[in-house]
Amino acid sequence: MSLPDAGKYRIGALVAAIIGLCVFPFFAKPYLVEVAMIYFIWMILAQSYRLIVTIHDWQLYHVVLYGVGAYTSGMLAKNLGIPVFAAIPIGGAMASLVGVAITSILLRTKGWGFYIATYGLAELIRLSWLRFRNPFGGSTGIINIPYPPVVAGIDFSARIPYYFFSLGVMLIILYMLYRIERSRIGDSFKAISMDPLLAASTGINIPRHRLLACAIGGFFAGIAGGLLVHRLGAVDPRNFNIITMLYLLIWVVVGGTNTFWGPIIGVSVMHTLFEFSRPLVQIRPMFFGLSMILVLLFMPGGIESLISKAVARWRRLRDVPTAE
Amino acid sequence: MDIQTLLQTIANAGAVSAMYALIAVGLTLAFGVMQMANLAHGHFFMAGAYTVYALYALNRWPFWLAVAAAVGIGAVIGLAVERGIFRPLRGDVVAGFIATAGLMFVFEVFMGEVWGWGYMRPVPSPYMHAVTFLGASVSFQRVIVIPFAIACIGGLMIFMHWFRLGRALRAVAQDPEAASLQGININRMTALAMAIAGALAGIAGGLMSTIYAVTPALGGHIILPALIVVVVGGMGSIGGVTLAAIVLGFVNTFVTTLVDGVTALMVSVAVMALVLAIRPQGLMGHVVT
Repeated sequence: MSLPDAGKYRIGALVAAIIGLCVFPFFAKPYLVEVAMIYFIWMILAQSYRLIVTIHDWQLYHVVLYGVGAYTSGMLAKNLGIPVFAAIPIGGAMASLVGVAITSILLRTKGWGFYIATYGLAELIRLSWLRFRNPFGGSTGIINIPYPPVVAGIDFSARIPYYFFSLGVMLIILYMLYRIERSRIGDSFKAISMDPLLAASTGINIPRHRLLACAIGGFFAGIAGGLLVHRLGAVDPRNFNIITMLYLLIWVVVGGTNTFWGPIIGVSVMHTLFEFSRPLVQIRPMFFGLSMILVLLFMPGGIESLISKAVARWRRLRDVPTAE
Repeated sequence: MDIQTLLQTIANAGAVSAMYALIAVGLTLAFGVMQMANLAHGHFFMAGAYTVYALYALNRWPFWLAVAAAVGIGAVIGLAVERGIFRPLRGDVVAGFIATAGLMFVFEVFMGEVWGWGYMRPVPSPYMHAVTFLGASVSFQRVIVIPFAIACIGGLMIFMHWFRLGRALRAVAQDPEAASLQGININRMTALAMAIAGALAGIAGGLMSTIYAVTPALGGHIILPALIVVVVGGMGSIGGVTLAAIVLGFVNTFVTTLVDGVTALMVSVAVMALVLAIRPQGLMGHVVT
């Protein structure tokens, strides 16, 4: 029996990874701990984006929703004095609302008109941050955003507590997305992306499911924005432009969108390359652009598909009874 | 706004409309024939602008020869992208679209590495004449793109309607399978569409290089307005796209003159959202099922 076996391996790997992540900040350099927090944010972004991708809505405003979460949470905490831990979910809710608003305008637009229009509307939001200097701070963004407070004797503005806070948030979100994918809703999403007409004829309400995917994905993207902004203490509109969106797209596509593990692999591999290629900052985009083109041409399932193929092959070889 | 500014703004708006139309018609042609969206189309435009910079401003070629070379370069890039990306990914709209997003990165880095990052490459104006009318002076160089756009798009429409090859292109756009049953070579048609698209972007880039600052970021700046034009006009409709180019060219130029460029882009996007909310297929697009 290979199935329970595989499950055992997977759970073992998962537990090992979580233990590793819990031990990591006590041994790593402070800089690496900060980098790890950015990884968690990217993990949330990539995974929530994948939820929307399973329904085949390849929108280009996900990073702007991340920005909406960052701006909302930061401004609520700074200007209205709302506690940070309350402001972050409100930022998520706001991002969710904006995502639903954009998609509901474009529900009837098909094909790449939809993709382009999502790019346009995302730019509208981002440009409004630059244009309206009064609440949003223009091109310099907002500074002096409050750090999280001391709760139960733990100072969450310090590095290691905030690391564990973001790790916890990330794990909870990933678990929720995992469960959503395996729920009836997740099945409906996949049915819609495979054959919209057939899905509609079995009674799946397509517009409602598309909006639902946007709402869930947008909420988590907004949470990611909140996590970022209360660590940096500032929000910079340059973090949320189309280039960042294209990088997110590259991470997700190169990792693979067929399974839940694809974006996790994508972020782990590609974001690591991204971090290590900082000295080559100017020619770096070419490498990532090329890698995405090559993946699309020759490996449509992404890195994940290679790994699952290799595992399947290894299993086949192992299960073949040796001739004795 | 006094009469001089008004006239000058109208002239500028006409030039911007013509440029949008040249870029967007190529985009929509490629979409109509292959169902592929080309995000790197702005970079074809940029390649045209750099060609004129390299040949005319640096190597002292005659201006028109340099523009002709820009057309050729645009067509060659279009052919290469068709062969390398669109043909293998045919039928997968999402993959084609995302792959050209990667291509944007590749082009931008390539241009930056070859011609230098952060440098604005000025291209001197070959024609210094200006037309003075009611006290408004409009430089010849600025509006030269207008007759070219009319000639190219008019020529393209004639080609699509009265020439065998153009009709074959439209047949492929309507139904690739039926077209190939009629003996039309689909690969040759998609290549032709991309060559025309690249050539139109090349001519626009070549003619506008004297007005725009030629930088590696040019392609990224020009692509969003062009895409908005295509979506508003209706994907796959040359007439609709031309109409949308004129509307958005005027909206964009007037708002830029009266307020600023950022607001102009925001207004363009708002116009797009409004059009799509009412007519999801764009002004003159067909309903795609």
